[in-house]
Amino acid sequence: MALVELNHVTKRYGALTVLDDVSLSVQKGEIIAVIGRSGSGKSTMLRCINGLERIQGGDITVDGVRVNDPATNLRNLRQQVGIVFQSFNLFPHLSVAGNITLAPRVVKGKDPGMAREVALDVLRRVGLEDKIDAFPDELSGGQQQRVAIARSLAMDPQVMLFDEVTSALDPELTGEVIKVLEAMANKGMTMILVTHEIGFARRFGSRVVFMHQGRIWEEGAAAATLASPRTPELETFLNAVLH
Amino acid sequence: MIRSFGMIDIFYLLAAARWTIMLTVVAFLGASLVGITIAVFRVVPFWPLRWFAVGYIQVVQGTPLLVWLFGLYFGLSILGFPVNPWFAAAVAFSAYGGAFLGEIWRGALVSIAKTQWEAGASLGLSFFEQLRYVIVPQSVRVAIPPTVGFLVQLIKNTSLAATIGLVELTREGQLTSAATFRPFVVYLTVAALYFLMCFPLTQWSRSLERKLHGAR
Ligand SMILES: Nc1ncnc2c1ncn2[C@@H]1O[C@H](COP(=O)(O)OP(=O)(O)OP(=O)(O)O)[C@@H](O)[C@H]1O
Ligand SMILES: [Mg+2]
Repeated sequence: MALVELNHVTKRYGALTVLDDVSLSVQKGEIIAVIGRSGSGKSTMLRCINGLERIQGGDITVDGVRVNDPATNLRNLRQQVGIVFQSFNLFPHLSVAGNITLAPRVVKGKDPGMAREVALDVLRRVGLEDKIDAFPDELSGGQQQRVAIARSLAMDPQVMLFDEVTSALDPELTGEVIKVLEAMANKGMTMILVTHEIGFARRFGSRVVFMHQGRIWEEGAAAATLASPRTPELETFLNAVLH
Repeated sequence: MIRSFGMIDIFYLLAAARWTIMLTVVAFLGASLVGITIAVFRVVPFWPLRWFAVGYIQVVQGTPLLVWLFGLYFGLSILGFPVNPWFAAAVAFSAYGGAFLGEIWRGALVSIAKTQWEAGASLGLSFFEQLRYVIVPQSVRVAIPPTVGFLVQLIKNTSLAATIGLVELTREGQLTSAATFRPFVVYLTVAALYFLMCFPLTQWSRSLERKLHGAR
């Protein structure tokens, strides 16, 4: 059974259809790179998967649980789905430790000592264990984004969603975040990434999904799809991004 | 019988100032309880509560405080429920101040970016956990200056309680002035006492603002 499954999903904002009959099935351990022009619905798709946005048609399931069912406990669902945003969205009033341990303590009921152990562990994975007591405004953008990734990892999710997590960063800082993503990929984490890093998509993506006008326009094995697009829209897009 | 304005009058005024402070404390506590409720109702993702809070604020801000005091004190007595003026004042000030504090605090809550709510929600925090651990701690610094401003207004507005028979600072000033026939000196003293209560608060708010501005 697929870990994440979208079945004919439709999402509208008023009269504007942002996701139009989107179907996607993600197996455990897969890495899906979602690409597409601005406004094509990439962020919206991610936000629908963890229930931040309501959908108007179709079905989304994560590990067999229907996201769009009013009876579904979103609190449980969101422990399975981590999301990292372009703008980090760390809690500025809390230290790195505070950011990371908040949900394990409040949502999972871990005691402070155990939660700090978890924080140390996930910080090690992003290479920032020495920053555990720093505050977000004392960190560089790349470090903040790695803390945001660590914060999600601390909940031990089954799937991670990344929304252009390197777009707000300078090229040098992009590298350090990509390295963290690669390490997660190597550990077998299931990931759906909206990205403009075509190189990363090619090397690590098991599949590429190209979105266009709210639809999945083209989808296929990463390397092959990026090397020889079938639709003129993807070809145009790749030409624009790569040159 | 006209007597002169002396130490004993200053003493009486000071004693009355204590009631002003008491009234302010009670009113502020009551208004805070109502205000927290109203502010939370305004941001809760459940429209009936939001509408209720909006309606409440509209009604309260559209009526004079004096009407609330009279309504509660005289109105209830006429209806056969005699109430203690302290009780009437406490309820009126709480209801009235709660609407204003509710607006102030709602403003502070909504000043925090929506992405902070989302970051909390994505980690599995419930609405109230997002509010408690993410939004409220960040909005406190935004809320402090206008809250102190409200408190200073409240200190001065407690003089309205004189209209239902509470002898606080302003009322005591009136009585002293009538007895001594030295309105200028008496009211100057009364004004100085109000100033002594309000000034430290505004100073404190300024320094807090500076401190919080520098901090994260
Ligand atoms: N809250 C909202 N209300 C109304 N329209 C919205 C809202 N959020 C997104 N949209 C619209 O939905 C469409 C898809 O937006 P989305 O953010 O998913 O695009 P995207 O592919 O992530 O683009 P980008 O690459 O710029 O991030 C856009 O036309 C956008 O204007
Ligand atoms: Mg986007």
